[in-house]
Amino acid sequence: MAGAFQFELVSPERLLLSEEATEVVVPGAEGEFGIMAGHAPVMSTMRPGVLRVVRAAGGTERYFIRGGFAEAGPKGLTVLAEMAVPVEDLKADEIASQIRDAEEDVRDAKDEASRERAATVLQQLRDAETVLKTL
Amino acid sequence: MPSLKDLRNRIASVKATQKITKAMQMVAAAKLRRAQEAAEAARPYAERMEAVLANLATAFEGREDAPALLAGTGRDDVHMLLVATAERGLCGGFNSSIAKLARDRARSLIAAGKTVKIVCVGKKGFDSLKRDLGTHIVKTVELRHIKRVAFHDADEIGSMVRQMFADGEFDVCTVFYSRFQSVISQIPTAQQLIPATFEGAGEGGADRGVVYEYEPDEGEILAELLPRNISVQIFRSLLENAASEQGARMSAMDNATRNAGEMIDKLTLNYNRQRQAQITKELIEIISGAEAL
Repeated sequence: MAGAFQFELVSPERLLLSEEATEVVVPGAEGEFGIMAGHAPVMSTMRPGVLRVVRAAGGTERYFIRGGFAEAGPKGLTVLAEMAVPVEDLKADEIASQIRDAEEDVRDAKDEASRERAATVLQQLRDAETVLKTL
Repeated sequence: MPSLKDLRNRIASVKATQKITKAMQMVAAAKLRRAQEAAEAARPYAERMEAVLANLATAFEGREDAPALLAGTGRDDVHMLLVATAERGLCGGFNSSIAKLARDRARSLIAAGKTVKIVCVGKKGFDSLKRDLGTHIVKTVELRHIKRVAFHDADEIGSMVRQMFADGEFDVCTVFYSRFQSVISQIPTAQQLIPATFEGAGEGGADRGVVYEYEPDEGEILAELLPRNISVQIFRSLLENAASEQGARMSAMDNATRNAGEMIDKLTLNYNRQRQAQITKELIEIISGAEAL
């Protein structure tokens, strides 16, 4: 059995999860990646998506996360997410309203650069929605 | 000399006041616990964020391509002061001590020939600053309708600040709030947001020597995290403020309750003394009346 490591999921409002995990799959900005014990130090931003945690005590948990970054270091893995909700608690219309907001952002964008950024966010949210539907 | 009836009325009114201050103290105590929990729950995020940014920032020190949010605009002519206070009064020196710190800073900056812009978060700060610095206040944000500060509230202020910075409206941004130490001690604090400074940098020390792999590269991560850090720091100051406010109100109301108690004691003593005097007087009148017969 693979070794366990300390995993922390933190949102600005509170510490959501702090426990031993054997594997965590993070939706990185440049693709999903899995972290296991003894991973090389990595720091990555994240796109909206599903974070999967395999707990050392057994069982898997899924969180929908948005915005933030993951930091894997010698002490373990820390994920700082602006929003993190267990997938079971996530309502479909919540994502839908976020997508609507993002669409507005794209429309209201004043210059090219900010429109591009808003469009990326929108695309990421749409991706996340399709992923959630398949779960 | 007030009559007995007047004294009775005074006592009744002070008692009513004491009931109110007592109730306010208990409400503040209950709210304080919640606010304190929220402030403590938010700490890990802000601290982690700071440690990571401090790590990244050292890599960019002195480089020309460092983002403006980190390096500043290269000038310090226009200062923006973000003054975060409460929406309500009756909390001792809480609002005035923050306003005083901000006012002193504004005065010394003006004296040094800088331009000062003030953004007030919370009504009380605006009320006390508008008298002498009213012309410098460019915006006020009211949080009256918000019961519990959520991250997106802070993010709204944060994005406003970022927008103003992007439009070149200021060079340096400092936030003023009250750091929660304990119920009896809140420390008015000024923290510089832009250009970013990292006071807690030493805490992440254990991770220092580690060479991280960055995905995407450092520049992009920094460009994404710096704006977010502003919101996080504002969020933290709002939470600290909320806890401080309740703490200050609790001790102020505790004092008020005690003062009212002392006043009631004094008035009651007075009242009894006068009642006694009245009785004695009546007795003397009866006795001397009987003797005259």
